[in-house]
Amino acid sequence: MAVVFEPTKGLTDKPFHYCPGCCHGIIHRLVAETLVEMDALETAVGVASVGCTYNSYEYLACDMVQAAHGRAPAVATGIKRNLKDKIVFTYQGDGDLASIGTAEIVHAAARGEKITVVFVNNAVYGMTSGQMAPTTLVGQVTTTSPWGRNPETQGYPINVSEFLSQLPGAAYVERVCVTDFKNINAAKKAIKKAFTVQQNNLGFSLVEVLSTCPTNWGKEPLAAMEWLKENMQKQYPLGCYKGADLVFDENGKYVSGSIPATNNNCVNVAEVK
Amino acid sequence: MIDFSIIFAGFGGQGILSAGKMAAEAALYEGKEVSWFPSYGPEMRGGTANCSVVISDEPIGSPVVNDADVVICLNQPSMEKFEKQLKPGALMILDSSLINVRPERTDIKVIAMPASDIASDLGKMLFAPISMLGCMATETGCFSRDSFEKSLYEVLPERKHKLIPTNVAAFDKGAEYAK
Amino acid sequence: MAQKRVLMKGNEVIAEAAIRAGCRNYFGYPITPQTEVMHYMAKKMVEAGGNFVQAESELAAINMVYGAASAGFRAMTSSSSPGISLKQEGISYIAGAELPAVVVNIVRAGPGLGGIQPAQGDYFQATKGGGHGDFRNIVIAPASVQEIYELVVDAFNLADKYRMMVMIMGDGTLGQMMEPVAFRDEEPIENIAKPWAACGRKGDDFHHTITSIYIDPDVLEKKNIELQEKYKIVEANEVRYESVCMDDDPEIVITAFSTCSRISRNVIRQARDMGIKVGMIRPITLWPFPSKPIAEAADMPSVKGFIDVELNAGQMIEDVRLAVNGKKPVYFHGRMGGNLPMQKEILDKIVAIHEGTLKEGGIV
Repeated sequence: MAVVFEPTKGLTDKPFHYCPGCCHGIIHRLVAETLVEMDALETAVGVASVGCTYNSYEYLACDMVQAAHGRAPAVATGIKRNLKDKIVFTYQGDGDLASIGTAEIVHAAARGEKITVVFVNNAVYGMTSGQMAPTTLVGQVTTTSPWGRNPETQGYPINVSEFLSQLPGAAYVERVCVTDFKNINAAKKAIKKAFTVQQNNLGFSLVEVLSTCPTNWGKEPLAAMEWLKENMQKQYPLGCYKGADLVFDENGKYVSGSIPATNNNCVNVAEVK
Repeated sequence: MIDFSIIFAGFGGQGILSAGKMAAEAALYEGKEVSWFPSYGPEMRGGTANCSVVISDEPIGSPVVNDADVVICLNQPSMEKFEKQLKPGALMILDSSLINVRPERTDIKVIAMPASDIASDLGKMLFAPISMLGCMATETGCFSRDSFEKSLYEVLPERKHKLIPTNVAAFDKGAEYAK
Repeated sequence: MAQKRVLMKGNEVIAEAAIRAGCRNYFGYPITPQTEVMHYMAKKMVEAGGNFVQAESELAAINMVYGAASAGFRAMTSSSSPGISLKQEGISYIAGAELPAVVVNIVRAGPGLGGIQPAQGDYFQATKGGGHGDFRNIVIAPASVQEIYELVVDAFNLADKYRMMVMIMGDGTLGQMMEPVAFRDEEPIENIAKPWAACGRKGDDFHHTITSIYIDPDVLEKKNIELQEKYKIVEANEVRYESVCMDDDPEIVITAFSTCSRISRNVIRQARDMGIKVGMIRPITLWPFPSKPIAEAADMPSVKGFIDVELNAGQMIEDVRLAVNGKKPVYFHGRMGGNLPMQKEILDKIVAIHEGTLKEGGIV
């Protein structure tokens, strides 16, 4: 019998603990497959964060380090500075990255740290049972915004890709989703591009993946996908926010496109005579 | 010599801290135990600077000096502050070019010398505390002129060696004021 | 072979010793009075081909250490009291994940923002865990610039040997002062293999994971028991202390570490000139604590009592009292706020103990 499909070597045999309809499973698989396709499973080091993703260190089959809440970009910095020719990535949720870890993510991007961040945005704290996240939409009901997020007292969502793309150290920032085959393929391409950016030492790279949380949104998986398309994609438009013009050859070598080293608009006092 | 303690005090930029280091280096050259401890943090942002140097034949206890054998003062506020931190019978050397008043205490030895005028004649104000070092070393014998000179050659990078003769000249000028 | 003695600042020697110990990772954030560690590293670590990152916060710095250590590399951060409080999160994770790391605390006076002058008010924080959970760090308290050098090199070896964080605890005096130091031509670096490191699978048929999370209570309890067993081994093997004038039946025993032990050393001389036989036990490791020699001193018939001298309201005295176990009175002299005790203050209390007029306990 011909084998038409088999599990990726990029994932361990450990069963996922994720809820039915959650996108983490798909996103894990995309990261794992990409590492295998780039022949990086043996050399890459990933950093797991805190939230539903805490256990990702047991699922991804490359070497993995579990970080404290929000600190994954700092941990990845410590690893990458020592393993300069290896792919080092973090896998973070929105509470982890956009709330408690804002300082770490902003400064990793500002330093142009040669790491890749896989940022999973589901507009809610999943693990701790559905509290409002920094990315929760205005009017969205959560356990800590029972009448819907009220901007008057609870402020506005943070568009992470938009704001991080403003930092000169960021070489590549793209927002994707995994609601259907087309988007899943686009998401995988983005993850591969981010790792390629890193391998070429161009700077910081981030892929924001919009995700569902059927459990905490109180929706059936398919309805959650629809809600994501109808609401989240309006607040968080898909697209490439930095590095859209980057071109690589078939071996993954950088060919052209604007990169932090040559296109940063920064005053350099060492050059001002 | 056990825990011979010196306080250098003045404004930041007068070369207080480096004069203290030179004293420590000279004593170290003689094989003594030495410590050097600076004022640090906001204390320095107001423009004052001081450091404590301890020279001893035995391991040094506290590098922070509360009752000094010598205080070298390059401004009036320092004189007023550190006058209180001298042992009875101890020595105060003050820069009479910059300080018009004299300490109130009568149980201490005072040498007033025109350190800043000496420095000005030598071309750099940084020589003022070095001339006072010369006075102190000669007056108390805490280290020799020879050690002062030789330690400079040892500690300073080669490109700065051309400055050493002027430092020694400042030291010698100051030595003339020892009683 | 020892080289010629050179005059250097304590903070600079911390940095130099780390580089000599083979540490090629320094992550820091500015805070007085330890900034010279960072200044020195900014230049010399880079010249040594290592990594220097000025982190965005103490939190980030300790987590960069966590990352570098996870990948199997010697790593260090330094700070002063308020910054060490921030690092406690990472310190607890380092303990949980059993990573080797060296953290320097050049202690300043607290609580809160406090002041910037020397203190020892972080003794409890350093020796009783500091962060959340049941864990210990090896805590080393050098008393001179020469000792800083030797103990920082040892700290990296101990960290690797036990997969533990080692804290070097100094204070503003020790960090800021210059003293002679003689470096060795070659450092006694112990190269300990790190097969557990997450630096790429490199052909292993499993992936290496570094973590401190154990959701199953039974698994976590087992992990805790393993940690405690490791700590017992450290307690049995790594206690360091110095006995000063303890061989001639002393009447009064000083307990003091770091800066206070220096001041006390002079007091011993003065007291002995007055005919009072004073000795001192100086803990070099604050954890594991040298309880045994203190307990033995308490059993000496000649010893009338102890006086504990600290730059705080009385922290190490609790460990001294546990060791003395009620056999002899334990008196205290402490200064706070960044002040150092004068020799005369300590001497006066020793005379009073000798005459039997001093009351036990009390601050200052």
